[in-house]
Amino acid sequence: MAALSDLTPPPAPSPAQPPTRPLRAERHGDDSPASIAFLVALWLTLLFACSVLAVLLLDAFISGLPRLDGALFTAYASTINPDGAGARAAILGSVWVLGVTAALAIPLGVAAAVYLEEFADNQRWYNRLIEANLQNLAAVPAIIYGMLTAGVALAVGLRRGVVLAGGLALALLILPVIIIATREALRAVPSEIRQASLALGATPLTTVWRQTLPAAVPGVATGTILALSRAMGEAAPLLLLGGATFITYDPDGLLSGFTTLPIQIFGWAGRPQEELRTVASAAIMVLLVLLLAMNTLAIVIRNRYQKRW
Amino acid sequence: MKRSSSRLAALAGTVALATALTACGGQNEAASTATSAGAAGGASGAALSGEIISDGSSTVGPLTEAAAELFRKDNPGVNITVQTSGTGGGFKKFCQGQTDLSNASRPIKDEEKAACAAAGVTFTELLVATDALTVVASKGNTFLTCLTTAELKKLWEPAAEGKVTTWDQVNPAFPKEKITLYGAGTDSGTFDYFTAEITGEEGASRTDYNASEDDNVTVQGVSGDANALGYLGYTYLEENQSALKAVQVDGGKGCVTPSAETAQNGTYTPLSRPLFVYVNNAAFASKPQVKAFVSWYVATDEAITTAAQFIPLNAEQRQKLQSAADSIG
Repeated sequence: MAALSDLTPPPAPSPAQPPTRPLRAERHGDDSPASIAFLVALWLTLLFACSVLAVLLLDAFISGLPRLDGALFTAYASTINPDGAGARAAILGSVWVLGVTAALAIPLGVAAAVYLEEFADNQRWYNRLIEANLQNLAAVPAIIYGMLTAGVALAVGLRRGVVLAGGLALALLILPVIIIATREALRAVPSEIRQASLALGATPLTTVWRQTLPAAVPGVATGTILALSRAMGEAAPLLLLGGATFITYDPDGLLSGFTTLPIQIFGWAGRPQEELRTVASAAIMVLLVLLLAMNTLAIVIRNRYQKRW
Repeated sequence: MKRSSSRLAALAGTVALATALTACGGQNEAASTATSAGAAGGASGAALSGEIISDGSSTVGPLTEAAAELFRKDNPGVNITVQTSGTGGGFKKFCQGQTDLSNASRPIKDEEKAACAAAGVTFTELLVATDALTVVASKGNTFLTCLTTAELKKLWEPAAEGKVTTWDQVNPAFPKEKITLYGAGTDSGTFDYFTAEITGEEGASRTDYNASEDDNVTVQGVSGDANALGYLGYTYLEENQSALKAVQVDGGKGCVTPSAETAQNGTYTPLSRPLFVYVNNAAFASKPQVKAFVSWYVATDEAITTAAQFIPLNAEQRQKLQSAADSIG
């Protein structure tokens, strides 16, 4: 589970203050031994974190290398033929679940953020309550959302181990993150733009739709993609919902059973057969490449379209 | 204007990506239904279709997976899902009528039976395979060849916690080396079974050992330490013959090596255990695919257990399985 701090997009500089500069000892003319020792300690921490990550990735890559082949993408999971086992159902399942998550969470999250940021009256107690709760919800462990969805699914008579239920759980999980990211992005749009639009006779709704929201799109897109990539790596809530470790058919609709890459990897990693653990490592590489691609897309969108006012 | 349109393009791009991902899944699905329909047409007899949902023990799961794989070769229209919520979690869903089959590494408990009865779920218990819980040491270990159940109890009971720390305390003939223990985590059926048989009370175990739900952790830990001992499912021993050695267990009738034969003929006691599949009777009666799958599972049980590297049933057990299956219909 990724730390939340990784997921909230970088705070946009507010118009009132200059952007903060990185802390460097020389810049502040502080080269006391204590401050240098602190700087060295910081670098060592960073180095330690990076080398642990590098060792893990390298280990997964080396053990997965023999199975980074076509069958990994085209074959289904297999117990009797572990050499030819593939993650096809898991890859397609991840795509389906993530699609449902995006379709549920993005419109709802952006709309909620627009309401809270542009229309809601901050003085009202219920709006402040919602605001405080949003921050809390973003810190709720993922498995709680799985339990919540399982409870709701049982109450409405929906089968639990289906794409719709999985997408719903992940949408709930990332909704607070999307709302917070969107609000940050909206807040970074200078109020002069809104005032100019209103002064020209536009209604508040038109102002949001034609001016504020388009200006905030880079921030929204970045936050959303990072939230989706968190959802993609999530296994706990889906396991609780009954995401299967073994499926030999392609998911074909919202009410189809599913497995996702993290669940499949989890299932394989605990198996006695060496071949299945190898294919688990290969699947880790696939998941990693997908996540890196999504994060890169987020960075590209941010760098390309983000505007400093 | 230009700027805002490029930003809109970014938003559109995100949406398009999401749609494309979904659409891509849809296309693959269409293609696969086409191929599976073609294959089903080639199969003889009426093509079965529909879904079979199973859940339960992660120990028995691979067996049902193997069965599903083999079954689907002739019946590609049947979608079989195997979930692994654990034996207890599986029974919970089974008794709510959410699953057709429940995999279990222990018999159903009375309170679970009561839950099933309350929900009107009737079921049939099928003993489908045998597992041998195996006590293992590293290949580098010289003194652990056979342990009596009394010695295992001395080693694992809650009273041993913090007190039994060197091997000479277990048996004076053993060297005075520090004991390192590996075992199953408390959520697994393996833990339940081992504690019930060895310490005499289900769930009663010392807690100062390396517990993991993943038997591979035990394999790694034990193989790297000449004075370590652990217990795990038989398949993990089979797959790691080069790193681990099986410790014989003396249940009162001499030392017995864990193997397919000794587990099958009942001499490897008390650590050989039955593995079950529970069938929802109503699903068996109303869903032709469940009926076909279960009948086929029972008839081909030996081949399935062999393919999945489980220990097959002996002749007597197989007969019982067949008659149990016949009694459902």
